[in-house]
Amino acid sequence: MGRQLQPVQEMYREAKGGDRRALGRLLTRIERGGPPADEIGELAHVDAGSAHVIGITGAPGSGKSTLTGRLVELLRDNDVRPAVLAVDPSSPLTGGAILGDRIRMEGTPSTEPSGTRSTNDVFIRSMATRGHSGGLAVAVPQAVRLFDAVGYDPIIIETVGVGQVEVDVVGAADTAVVVMTPGMGDAVQANKAGLLEVADVFVVNKADRPGADDVRRDLDLMLDLSHVTGQEDGSGYRPPIVMCSAIDGDGTTDVWQAVADHLEILGKLGRRHIRRRHRIRAEIRATLNQALDSRIDDLIYSEVGERLVSDAQNASRSPSSAAAAVLDHLLGRR
Amino acid sequence: MVDRTPSKEPMSGGDVPLRVVLAKLGLDGHDRGIKVVARILRDAGMEVIYLGLRQTTDSIVTAVMEEDADAIGLSMHNAGHMTLAPNMVKALRQAELPVPIIVGGIVPKDDVQPMLDAGVAAVIGPGASAEEVAAIVRDAVSASV
Ligand SMILES: Nc1nc2c(ncn2[C@@H]2O[C@H](COP(=O)(O)OP(=O)(O)O)[C@@H](O)[C@H]2O)c(=O)[nH]1
Ligand SMILES: [Mg+2]
Repeated sequence: MGRQLQPVQEMYREAKGGDRRALGRLLTRIERGGPPADEIGELAHVDAGSAHVIGITGAPGSGKSTLTGRLVELLRDNDVRPAVLAVDPSSPLTGGAILGDRIRMEGTPSTEPSGTRSTNDVFIRSMATRGHSGGLAVAVPQAVRLFDAVGYDPIIIETVGVGQVEVDVVGAADTAVVVMTPGMGDAVQANKAGLLEVADVFVVNKADRPGADDVRRDLDLMLDLSHVTGQEDGSGYRPPIVMCSAIDGDGTTDVWQAVADHLEILGKLGRRHIRRRHRIRAEIRATLNQALDSRIDDLIYSEVGERLVSDAQNASRSPSSAAAAVLDHLLGRR
Repeated sequence: MVDRTPSKEPMSGGDVPLRVVLAKLGLDGHDRGIKVVARILRDAGMEVIYLGLRQTTDSIVTAVMEEDADAIGLSMHNAGHMTLAPNMVKALRQAELPVPIIVGGIVPKDDVQPMLDAGVAAVIGPGASAEEVAAIVRDAVSASV
């Protein structure tokens, strides 16, 4: 059957009615971008409420997926319907990817084979970065909005905290959780990656391993030294450090408590709309970047572009003057 | 030096990676083979949603829906394939998911045709090369669209 041809509107209606398959297909359209993704955005924009967006980031293998699985388990037991977006890098060489996050969230398979939703379910989607991180910066917020619009709350985004886009994506969440583990100078690494600035909650996972207390102490020290604490709002909010061992579930309730507390504090301080505004601005900017990128590509490989490249190559004009000429074209100045 | 001809990144449509759910159905605990296949498919440019060991037809159906997979790769090394694979076919039909199933692992020659008759799209023998594995998955997807 021509599943590719099913209209977006119809799929959207089905997804709102609880059809898992339709939601899965809409997410694919979002990933592919272009007009169908925009159309979904138009629909979801109207229905999206105010789901709690939680970003979880940290080094590969730190236990993000295991922790996410635990949180999801906890939430399900409390009649909450979470969605998970697990982002992993594509191979830059082949464009392929192994997306292995579901396997760690296995404790809670959301088995509802009929394709309709049970009252306490979870929806897990794996997303590969697909080379162009600019696409990710657009696709993630769109997917989050769609989850929100069809009734999932909270929405957990898992990303590896390496690339700038990944850090940005998590930083734009309502609550950013940074996961660290004993050893490997994790706190220092996180500092370098700019993760300390975005963290609202620190989790020291694998607390069953030696060295966990050292990580906590390093972090504490770094928070003492840094000026990030409470800087954003002068509130004096200091990100809590929660010890946990996701693999056996120890401390995962505390993690959730810290996350829920953070949302409450945001609300009390009237800061939540500021986060949202930041998120929306970042999305608009990313969308513009993407649109410009593709127009620049079109131009640079066009006849005009090739001529400018040749000019720069045979030194009849400088690359920056060639770029200026491309910009003129782009802005319709010529 | 390699001459890199100008190529544009795939923006939308066109060159989209295939998404393949990879799972081991049944109770045996060998995942070496399926991990090799995961790498082969990744290296062939596909996105592998790796579910690992001890999956049920229900958990696979859910993953296929949520991940909007284009194909399912099932690895089987115990004797259960003659019931498990057709069960998977049935479960997908029930869920109205037109997704091809490719079975790998150890399937006796005599069982191949009955499996195909039961609705499995392809059976990959133990001797298949990486190129063959990727090609079989690709062909199964194009045949099912
Ligand atoms: N010892 C220990 N291992 C853990 C813990 N949490 C996760 N792991 C293991 O760490 C590995 C990576 O976990 P995963 O959740 O996939 O990490 P991710 O890459 O950050 O998503 C797996 O082998 C987990 O079983 C923990 O609390 N303690
Ligand atoms: Mg993970």
